Amino acid sequence: MTPIAQPIARRVEHVMGMPISLALRGRHAYDDMAEQAWRDALAELRWVDEVFSTWRPDSQVSRLGRGEVGLGECAPEVAEVLRLGDAARASSDGAFDVCLPGPDGVRRLDPSGVVKGWAVDRAVRPLLALPDTDVCLSAGGDMVCHVVDPAGEPWLIGIEHPLDPTRLVAQVPVHRGAVATSGAAHRGTHVVDARSGAPADALASVTVIGADLTSVDIDATTALALGLDGPHWLRSRLRTGVVVWADGRAETVA
Amino acid sequence: MKRIVLWVLSTLSTLVVLFGYHTSTSATMATTSETTISGSLSGQAATGAASTGTASGSAPPSDSSTSSDATTVTGTAAQTRYGPVQVQVEVAGSEITNVSILQYPNSDGRDIQINNYALPQLIQQTLDSQSSSVSMVSGATYTSQGYAQSLQSALDQAGL
Repeated sequence: MTPIAQPIARRVEHVMGMPISLALRGRHAYDDMAEQAWRDALAELRWVDEVFSTWRPDSQVSRLGRGEVGLGECAPEVAEVLRLGDAARASSDGAFDVCLPGPDGVRRLDPSGVVKGWAVDRAVRPLLALPDTDVCLSAGGDMVCHVVDPAGEPWLIGIEHPLDPTRLVAQVPVHRGAVATSGAAHRGTHVVDARSGAPADALASVTVIGADLTSVDIDATTALALGLDGPHWLRSRLRTGVVVWADGRAETVA
Repeated sequence: MKRIVLWVLSTLSTLVVLFGYHTSTSATMATTSETTISGSLSGQAATGAASTGTASGSAPPSDSSTSSDATTVTGTAAQTRYGPVQVQVEVAGSEITNVSILQYPNSDGRDIQINNYALPQLIQQTLDSQSSSVSMVSGATYTSQGYAQSLQSALDQAGL
């Protein structure tokens, strides 16, 4: 059943302030086609960053948030992302929102919770087009996995312990799908309950595994924002994942 | 013993969502003719070489309860509001050694190919003992700054 382990070609670049890690194995893992697909993927991520970054005052989203431009003047992808955000707000009773209240109570447009997963789902396309090549593309710990042969060796994804980055709390084999983790690790608490603006701290981290990164990234963030209600909410959506409570206790959700 | 096994199996359609499934035995999913064990459950011998036991209808063979024999049993598809759910379990003695989902609807109502991903396994291991087998690490968003100390950095540097 277990084939001979194939060598993995790895590449890393930093875009959008986070490491983008690529693992390839198979026919085109090391060749020029892979290099071109990798450059195309990075170019897509850089374009998304230019349009959507809330850290760049000149991005379309920043200008939209300040009311300097209308939605019609932005790239059509901005409206697409805002629609995803609206759907997530509806399904979470407002715990997820692309308009987040800041410390001063004023709500600001911040679609970051939608953009990352959505961007990687777009960026991975040229890599998925490489014939007979397995792909795992991670942006800051959220990833899309694809194994060409359904009976082949899966990508084994380690899920980091949110309270101790030298440990793994779980692992999951993935042939085709996406894994997203939201939590307080590395950046400090950066997810807030959009209903109150309060930091979401009942859960240390939430990992969701599913078909596409756009939706699992949103659901992981939503469950984290819901706090105590997060695991139940994930189960009501028949999600698969791992929840780590603030005290370090881990449980699987399925 | 058999009673316990049957009870466990009969609760599986509700527990399935808690168990999740593993992909490692998916290659043994070929079907043979089914025989009813009880109620909504049916048993079948797996065609894989690893299976030595056989579950059959109203009179299970005596070897199905011996501890060393593995038996593969397939439940009938249960209808849920999200779509059909069907599971297959491997039983060794009174212990369930593996649970596979043959049919499983996702939250969007589309069928997921069952092989696509498995239930995460909780582990209690440090980087030292695990890093060599893990391809990529999922964690709360890494900034480039924190990345230097991260697991992913180690994996990338080791070229694993």
